Parts: sequence; structure tokens; C-alpha cells
Amino acid sequence: MRLINRHFSKRDRLIAGGTPILLLVVFYLITALQRHAANPSDKILPLPSGMAKAITDLLTTPDPLSGNLVFWADTFASLQRLGLGLGIATLFALVLGLLIGALPPVRAALSPLVTGIAVIPPIALLPILFIALGLGETSKVVLIAIGVAPVMVRDIAAHVGSLPREQIIKAETLGANSWQIIARVALPQAMPRLLQAIRLALGPAWVFLISAEAVASDIGLGYRIFLVRRYLSMDVIIPYVAWIALLAILMDVTLAAISKRAFPWAHGEGR
Amino acid sequence: MSALLSLKNVWVEYGDKVVLEKVNLEVSEGAFLSIIGPSGAGKSSLLRLILGQEAPTRGKILLDGEPLKPECGPDRGVVFQRYSVFPHMTVLGNVTFGLECPAAPFAARLFGTARRKAEAEATAMLEAVGLADNLNLYPAQMSGGMQQRLAIAQALIKRPRILLLDEPFGALDPGIRADMHGLITRLWRDYSLTVVMVTHDIKEAFTLGTRVLALDKRRHDPHAPHRYGATAVYDLPLRGPPVPAPEATPEPQPATAAS
Repeated sequence: MRLINRHFSKRDRLIAGGTPILLLVVFYLITALQRHAANPSDKILPLPSGMAKAITDLLTTPDPLSGNLVFWADTFASLQRLGLGLGIATLFALVLGLLIGALPPVRAALSPLVTGIAVIPPIALLPILFIALGLGETSKVVLIAIGVAPVMVRDIAAHVGSLPREQIIKAETLGANSWQIIARVALPQAMPRLLQAIRLALGPAWVFLISAEAVASDIGLGYRIFLVRRYLSMDVIIPYVAWIALLAILMDVTLAAISKRAFPWAHGEGR
Repeated sequence: MSALLSLKNVWVEYGDKVVLEKVNLEVSEGAFLSIIGPSGAGKSSLLRLILGQEAPTRGKILLDGEPLKPECGPDRGVVFQRYSVFPHMTVLGNVTFGLECPAAPFAARLFGTARRKAEAEATAMLEAVGLADNLNLYPAQMSGGMQQRLAIAQALIKRPRILLLDEPFGALDPGIRADMHGLITRLWRDYSLTVVMVTHDIKEAFTLGTRVLALDKRRHDPHAPHRYGATAVYDLPLRGPPVPAPEATPEPQPATAAS
């Protein structure tokens, strides 16, 4: 049988998908154990027990300065920035994407600008944002928004622009005006694509978040990682990275589930 | 004879390429006009002209004696071969949409009593095309034939002056196609429609139409194949228009009355 026709059962998929992850973990454990056998105070590859202890400290001992539990305070601060940045980007993507995709005059006026902004590496804008907006929350949120919005706007605009011409003609023959076509034909069909765009934007959004936090911040997951790096605290860095990965996966799965529930017609339900 | 739609010396050119030349056509009320012709003979261009999707390069198109605006409007309904229905609306939503558009220019939606009234009207129309049992399905859950039934209902709810069909049954299998022929003939008679249908199935053109128009190029320059456009080379009246006599199939008269 050809490889392209080899479909796995659910159980086999689980085994196939889990094996590489498990191998990686085992490889890490063996190497860490070897290093600890040679040097019991090794910091580079901490053992799970060391990581558990470091994280328990961050989870239970309040910060002497602020009185917060560091782990949750970091998580909350980072998620707030990420949510605001992505939210603003999503709003822009929806409004601009729909208008650019559906209305040729708006496309002519704004498409070059959006394309121009999209090609600027957002990290290069970070100094400008820090100078213009200060080192507070605003600059971090704006960095995320500017970083992901242009790609999302272009994606939604392209999707709306590629709706079959027949559908638009049909709507016109039903007496729909431009606004009604945008609201009832383009918008609903852009929604699943928007959720897809958010899922794809999550990766870059995290990059911009961690970058901004690494450069100038006093709280946040990225800030913590870059802070404890000075002390070679791999026992904090590794759990934090794993936590970021878990959060990202949860967001991705949630968005996919929302799309499936809210827009069954876009996921080939039925036939 | 009252011409509902008339094309006067209509030309369509894209740059140097002439697609249609010197098309003169009068379509009377109640006619079922089939347009046939080889690929690239401008069948679809002609349909797009009548639809208002394109403006002619030269010539005039009149609907009810008024010049046609180069924009699609609710007086001309259309059913395409594909993509005619909205995939994100249910069957009922697809048909109700046509009633919501003029009634709710800003909200783009009807609510309450007005909505129930529109839905009742839409349901009646869906009954007429045989989709009364599938009101809440999405188009992707239906077969190709059912989707075309829906597209027809969607167009007819607007009571268009002209119904334009662009190879509406081209993607359907022969059995379903025969059903659809029965359906469109019945609707044409019941709603006294004026239909313009583009098809490349000659049998279909003659079974359904009261008049068959064949488009082709009269002249051909092998060194400049785009120099000359297509025009009506045959115009065969089959049966007297508004009198529907679909049971008896009269002999098609090969009278070559070119327009």
C-alpha cells in the first residue's frame, strides 16, 4: 500500500504521535541524570524534582516586594497583553479586511498601505514604540497588534475578495446593497477564516509579547524567563516555556472548537 | 408584439478581441429563449450583458423600453451552474434573504412578525420547488440537484421580469436533469416567467425553449481569430410564446430567420 494511503486508527495515531515526545523526554532525563551523577549541583539540565521545587516556590511564596504570587501574576500580565493585542488586531482585520476585500475603492486606497506596513519587521518598530508610547503596557500591546494585524487584514481581504463572483452577482439580483452584501454575504463567510487567522497569528503574537517583555518590563512570562536567565535558572525557564506552550495549545484548540460549533457549514457537516 | 427585452446592434469587445458583434434580439414576454452555440461563441457574454454584469461596448439594451443600467438588479434573477446559493445560510435563510434585502436596508435582517411573514412566503416558494422538507439544511448537505432547486426558488422569490439561467443543469446527472426540466417547465408556466437559458445541451435547448437562438461566428479569419465576433446565426421560433403547451412537443421548424 502506498504511504499516502496509510491512515492510522485513533489508537495508532496516539502511539505514533506520543512516541517522539516520549523519546525526547527520556533522552532529556537520561542526559540530566548523567550530568547530576557527575555534578549534583548542575544547573544546566535540572531534574523534574528541581523544576517542581522552583515552580512550587513561585506558585506559593508571595513576592516580598509586591505581595503577588509570581507565577500567576506573570501569567495574568502576559495573557492580558496578548489578549488586548490580538483583540485589537482581530478588530482591524475584520473591519479593514471586509472593506478592502469587498469594496474596490477602499481596496485601491488602503491596500498599498497595509502591504507596506506588513513588510516592516515589527521588532524594528519596537524602539519607536518605546520612545513614542513609553515603556508601559501600551507599547507592548501595540507591538503585538502591529505585528499580527497586517497579515490578518490581508488574509481576510484576500478571502473576501475570492468569494465566488456568482455569489455577489446573485446577492445583487436579490436586491442587496453594498452594506447588505458585506453584512450578510461577506461577513459570515469571513468569520471562520478570521478564527483561522487568529490561530495562525498566535505564534507571532507570542514572539512579539516575549520580545517586548524581554526588553522592558517588570512582570510577565517573558520578563521572568529573561530575568532568571542571569542566574542560569533552567529550573524556572523550562517549566515557564512548557507553560507557554500549554497556554498556546489551549488557545488553538479552543479557537478551533469555537469555529466548529459556531460555523458548522464551514466544516463540511453532514455530507 | 411587446418586446420585454431588446438588444439593438450590441457589440462586446475586449481590446482587439471581438466577442459579440451586431447582435439584435427581441425577447417577448413569456418566452423561453434557449441560447446555444460552441464554446467561446459569447453565450455567457450575452447573458452577462442581459444580467447587467457588463455593459456593451456598442449598442443598446432595453428592458421594458428603458435602457438597462450596467449593474445587476432585482428585476433580473439568475441561476448559475455553481455557487448560486450562499453556503452559510440554511435553505430557508437563502430564500428569505431576497425578501429581507428591500425590507431592511440597514439592519439587513428582519425580526418578529415581518420575519415570520417573509419565512412563510419563502417556505411556500420552497414547496413549489420541492424543498419543503429541507428548510434547515445547509447547501453543503444537499445534492447538486437540490442546490439548483434552491437557487431557482431563491431567484423566483423576487418575481423577476426575466429569469436568466447559465447552464443551470450542466453539472447534474441525466435522471436529475430530467426532473429539473419538468420543474422549470412547470414553474415557467405557473409563474408566467420569461426565461433566457444558456446551455450547450442542444436537446435541452429544444425541449424547454419556445425559441432557440444559436450564436456563432459568421466570418473567421484564420490569421486573426479574434477579429470577428459571434452573432445570432439561427433564430428558431418553436412555439408561440405565452401560450404554454408543454405536453405536445411540436416539431422544431428549421426556419433560418436570422435576426
